[in-house]
Amino acid sequence: MALEDNIRTIVEQVIGELDRRRGPAGDSPQPATAVPAGEGMELSDLSGVDLQRYLQVPNPVNRLHYEEMKLSTPARLGVWRCGTRPLTDTLLRFRADHAVAQDSVMGEVSADFIAKMNMVAVQTLCQDKDEYLTRPDLGRRLGNDALEQIRQACPKGAQVQIVVADGLSSKAAEANVPDLLPALIQGLSSVGVKCNPPLFIKYARVAVMDVIGEELQPQAAVILIGERPGLGTAESLSAYIGYHPRAGMLESERTVLSNIHRGGTPAAEAGAHLSTLVKKILDAKASGVKLEG
Amino acid sequence: MNLKTRLFGQSYAFQSVKDVLAKANEVKSGDILAGIAAGNAAERIAAKQVLSELTLEDLRHNPVVPLEEDEVSRVIDGDVNEPVYSEIKNWTVAKLREHILASETTGGDLRRLSRGFTSEMVAAAAKLMSNLDLILGASKIINSAHCNTTIGVPGTLASRLQPNHPTDSAEGILASVQEGLAYGVGDAVIGLNPVDDSVPATIRSLEKLYDFVTEWKVPTQICVLAHITTQVKALRQGAPVQCLFQSIAGTEAANNAFGVTREILDDAYAAGLKLGRATGPNIMYFETGQGSELSSEGHLGADQVTLEARCYGLARHYKPYLVNTVVGFIGPEYLYDNRQVIRAGLEDHFMGKLTGIPMGCDACYTNHMKADQNDIENLAGLLAAAGCTYFMGVPMGDDVMLNYQCTSYHDVATLREVFRLRPLQEFELWLESMGIMENGKLTSRAGDATIFAR
Repeated sequence: MALEDNIRTIVEQVIGELDRRRGPAGDSPQPATAVPAGEGMELSDLSGVDLQRYLQVPNPVNRLHYEEMKLSTPARLGVWRCGTRPLTDTLLRFRADHAVAQDSVMGEVSADFIAKMNMVAVQTLCQDKDEYLTRPDLGRRLGNDALEQIRQACPKGAQVQIVVADGLSSKAAEANVPDLLPALIQGLSSVGVKCNPPLFIKYARVAVMDVIGEELQPQAAVILIGERPGLGTAESLSAYIGYHPRAGMLESERTVLSNIHRGGTPAAEAGAHLSTLVKKILDAKASGVKLEG
Repeated sequence: MNLKTRLFGQSYAFQSVKDVLAKANEVKSGDILAGIAAGNAAERIAAKQVLSELTLEDLRHNPVVPLEEDEVSRVIDGDVNEPVYSEIKNWTVAKLREHILASETTGGDLRRLSRGFTSEMVAAAAKLMSNLDLILGASKIINSAHCNTTIGVPGTLASRLQPNHPTDSAEGILASVQEGLAYGVGDAVIGLNPVDDSVPATIRSLEKLYDFVTEWKVPTQICVLAHITTQVKALRQGAPVQCLFQSIAGTEAANNAFGVTREILDDAYAAGLKLGRATGPNIMYFETGQGSELSSEGHLGADQVTLEARCYGLARHYKPYLVNTVVGFIGPEYLYDNRQVIRAGLEDHFMGKLTGIPMGCDACYTNHMKADQNDIENLAGLLAAAGCTYFMGVPMGDDVMLNYQCTSYHDVATLREVFRLRPLQEFELWLESMGIMENGKLTSRAGDATIFAR
C-alpha cells in the first residue's frame, strides 16, 4: 500500500532532521554520573552487563549449550548460587533494575521537557502521584480550570488531537516523544491530516481521552502514555487511538500500539506507523474492534 | 441480629451484614476505591465488634450477593453439609475464631467444620484475626490432593515452575524448565502462562512440556494456563492435558467478565476427568486474587476479602489439585503497599485452608506498587510458617512475560532449607535419582540446567 511505503520516507526524513538538530555528536545525552571528589576510578556500570551473555555457573556440564539456552530467553538463567541464594552481583542487578522501574513510576516529566515539546500542560483531578496510583477514576477526569485551558489552546472539531501522558512511566514519555511526535505529525501532514497542538496531561489514565472527545470533539484522538515498567525496560510507551472519542466509549473501541521503546518498536518508526494507522481510522470512521471487524 | 454498637462513647450503626463485613476489613485501597471501607480506624473496630457477635446463621442468611441473583452464592450454599451446619449455626463469629485457635481443636476437627461453612463465615473469621492468628489457624489444617503426585502432605513445600516466555518460544520455555528443575522446583506443576491463547499454540506448548516430562520421567503435572475453553478444545483434539486451569472470581458477574460460568466449569471438569491424562482424581487448578471483582466491575458493593473467600467456596466444588491467590499482581488501587499485600496473602491462605482446599500463594508485586522483593520474601516466610502448600518459582523472580516479580527458584530452595521442608515425595526421589538433591539438600550439581543436555 502506498500509505505504508510512505513510512520509510517519513522515518528517514524525521531522523535526518533530528540528527541535524542534535549536531555532529548525534548520540542521545548520557546520564550524568556523580563522581565523588577525590575518589579514583568508578566501578563499572552494573546495568551495562548483557545478562543474556553472562553465564555464572562455574563448571556446567555443557557450557556451549548453556550459552545457547540463555540466548533463547530473556529470563535470568545460569545465574548460579551461594548455598540456596543468588550471587551478589545477580542480586544487585535485580535490585538495580527494580530501582529504575520504581523511579520511573514515581518520577515526574520535567516542565522543561513539556515546554521544549511545545505542549500545553494540564492536570487531571489527581493531586499527586499517590492519588494517581490509587484512584483510577480521578485520572480519567479534568477539573474546570484544566477544561478552560484546553479550550483556549485547542480549537474544536480538529481532525486529530494528540495527547501525551506520563501514565505509569515518566521515563517513557521523555525517552520516546521527542522522536515520535514529529514523525507522527509530519506523517499525518504528508497525507493531508491536520492536528491540534499536542496536549500534555499529568496523572492521566487512557480514558481521559473520552473527556477530551466531549470537550474538543476531534474526529480522532491519540494518547501516548507510559506503560507500567517491567524489569527489562522502564521506557516503554503505548499509543491508544480512538475514533470519535466520547463519554462511555468501550475499551475495545480503541486501537492500541504498545511496546514502543528502543528494544521494541523504536519511537520514530512508531510515529510513522501511527500516522498511517490514524489515517486508516479516519478513512474507515472506526477504531478498535470495529476497525478490525 | 444487632448491627449497632458503641465505642468510646460514640454510636455506630451499620446498614447490613454486607456493610459490617466491608467495614470490618483491615485497610485495603480496593475497599476505599469501592467506597465501602470504614471511615476511620475506630469505625473499623466497631464493625469488628458487631461482626464478632453475629451468628453463623446470620451470615448464611445474608450472603453478600443473594442466591437468586448469583450462581456462585448458589454453588456455595448448595455445598453446605446440613448436619455440620446445624451444630454450629448458633455460634458467634467470636466463638468460631476462638474455636479455630484453641489448642484442643485439631486440623481434623476444622476439616469437618469446614463442610458446614459458607464463604461469608470463612471471611468473617479472617476479619477478626490478627496476622499471627491467621498463621496459627492455617498451620493446623492439612488439605491434600492427588493428581499425578500428592500435594499438601505435612513436612513438604511444593512449587509451581513458571517458565513464561515473551513469545512462547519452545526452546526458551524449556530452558527455564530445565533451570527450575535443577533447583528442585516444579513438583506442584509446570505451568506456563501463554502469550498466544489460541488452540494450536496451547497444543504446541502442552506437547513440548509433556514430551519433556515424559522423556525425563519427571513426577509432576503440566498445565498451559490458556482460557479454560481453549484448554478444553485442545483436550478434545487429543492434546496431553493433565490439569485444567482457570482464573475465577467471587461473583457470577465478575466470572462473566472472565468469560467463565458454572456451566463452563462443569463441562471442563467432566471433560478433564474423561479425556485428561492425569491420574487424578484432583485435576483442577484455579487462580484468584483480592480486587479482581472490583476491577471487572462485578463486585456488587461487596468487600474484596469476602469476595475472595467466595472464590475458594466456588473452587472447592471442583475438588481442585491447586488453588493459589496471585496476591500482589493486581496493582496499588486494590492492594496499596507491602503491608496490605502481606495481610492479604495471610488472609487468602487462611481462608483457602479453612475452606478445605490445598492452598498456595503467588507472593508477588508489580513495579507500580509500594513493595519490593524484600516484602514478598517476608510474606513467603510467614506463609511457609503457616504451612502454605506451594509457591511460584520464576528465574530470579523476574517474570519476563507477565512483567511482575514473584518468588524465585532460589527462594523455593531457601524456604525449604529454613523451614526444614521437603519437595513432594515422588519428586524428591526423582531429584535424588538425578543427583540434584541428597538428604533434602541441594547437591553441588544443583543449579546447572545443562545436566539435561543430551
